[in-house]
Amino acid sequence: MNEQPGSEQLSQAANKLEIEQINLFYGSFHALRDVSFTIAQQTITAIIGPSGCGKSSLLRLFNRMNDLIPTARVEGSIRLDGVPIYAPDADVIGLRKKVGMVFQKPNVFPMSIYDNIALGPKSHGLHHKGELQQIVERSLQQVALWDEVKDKLSSPSLNLAVEQQQRLCIARTLAVEPDVILMDESCSTLDPGAIARIEELMAELATKYTIIIVTHSMEQALRVSDMAAFMMFDDKKAGCLVEYAPTLQMFTNPKDQRTEDYITGRYG
Amino acid sequence: MKKTLAEVVTEKTFLVLALSAISALVLITVFIFVQGGPFITTQGLGGFVFGMSWAPSQGEYGIFPMIVGTVCVALGAALIGVPIGICCSIFLAEFAPPLLKNIFRPAIQLLAGIPSVVYGFWGLLFVVPFIRHYLGGPGLSILAGSIILAIMILPTVVSISEVSLIALPRTYKEGALALGLTHWQTIYSVLLPAAKSGIVAAIVLGIGRAIGETMAVIMVLGNSVALPESILDPVRTLTTNIGIEMGYAAGEHREALFATGIILFLIIMTINALAQYITRRR
Repeated sequence: MNEQPGSEQLSQAANKLEIEQINLFYGSFHALRDVSFTIAQQTITAIIGPSGCGKSSLLRLFNRMNDLIPTARVEGSIRLDGVPIYAPDADVIGLRKKVGMVFQKPNVFPMSIYDNIALGPKSHGLHHKGELQQIVERSLQQVALWDEVKDKLSSPSLNLAVEQQQRLCIARTLAVEPDVILMDESCSTLDPGAIARIEELMAELATKYTIIIVTHSMEQALRVSDMAAFMMFDDKKAGCLVEYAPTLQMFTNPKDQRTEDYITGRYG
Repeated sequence: MKKTLAEVVTEKTFLVLALSAISALVLITVFIFVQGGPFITTQGLGGFVFGMSWAPSQGEYGIFPMIVGTVCVALGAALIGVPIGICCSIFLAEFAPPLLKNIFRPAIQLLAGIPSVVYGFWGLLFVVPFIRHYLGGPGLSILAGSIILAIMILPTVVSISEVSLIALPRTYKEGALALGLTHWQTIYSVLLPAAKSGIVAAIVLGIGRAIGETMAVIMVLGNSVALPESILDPVRTLTTNIGIEMGYAAGEHREALFATGIILFLIIMTINALAQYITRRR
């Protein structure tokens, strides 16, 4: 990982997210049980595991997206830069500015390319035209979309190809200047070429941002991530964290039998 | 697969019944145009539509004041009813807890079930005296009609806007919230623009409903045929003109009323076509 000039003087190993004894309930359903691990900044962490084991639920805890589900209840603590994000007085809006999210399917808003990106900064109080223009250009350049769309910024974003839409969604997230980017199977609707290009982009972004991805593809986890978190059901069908280790180590020398079964394809 | 006789009979029966519904539309259209068409051809469309004087006994048939009256009352209704209706639909789609939703939604739909003569009666007893007392004028006025119609178009505006908000993909809302927008910012800058076509259709259909309404407005508009100078003046609309005079009209007068019907028909058709166009375009 590169040093970032002018950024806060945090050591490379500084913890970005500390997850401690997290339990998540949807009504009476126990969705996540006793999940604890720590994510270092400027790394890519891949959350892997079988369908329905709570990977997305876990990811959505980091920007409090589960708040949208009325029956969801969280116990335990998650700290972002040492600040508990589930404290009663926590600033959810501020949290979501710092922790951006890219969804499974590109969800560009039905408005122009420019407006899609300017929406975030505008909503946070920036109205200066020149600055907005700069943010739009910079964000699009960061995702390597600028050259393709610079002449049609005011055309509808829904006219873009799927991969371009997903890049736009990433750019839109970057425009808010987050620290952490959550990606929930964000490549699952793309073709192999597009996946390769998005993964390349992830690697570039990881020099500046902390990235956490949920993925069904073992290969993808192996290709892009520094750390891997393997999740599984326990005997009561609640999702739990089986193993958390450097990706290469997990794939070459898994500690847990369940991890080994899963990554070698013996699961289910 | 070969169809049994019963299936064939059933199918044909449904076809005939469906055709009877459509043929009613065709019959009514043809009837109005046959009855009113010749009048427009002999009098001239311009003189009829832009004529300022309506005096059947003297053979003067100008409906311009009524067109103005119709437009004023319908726009007034939209001006009052649309903001209330849209806010109501936002409340139902985004804010209302399930319990309140289950009370609100049927309550608003119930408004559509109240007979229009009851609206008119209520308007005559409460709205008209209120306006006369506090704002002046005869009370029977554009304002009174607009208020009554605003309530009557609420079910249309609320249900169509709400449906268009609910039908939006959930990912729009999630995407906007994930950018750190507040709930209200999400509604205002993402959801409402995304549901724009549905909401505009709701407004247009609401206005169409307001233009077509007859009974309630007969009772509160005052029905005088003159260009209004303020919203406190009485007016006559195209519908009320037909409703009031058809009972005793004969000969040329009767044809003129059918011709009024043609103009009304064209306006409503245009508005509905517009609404359909807006909803389909995307």
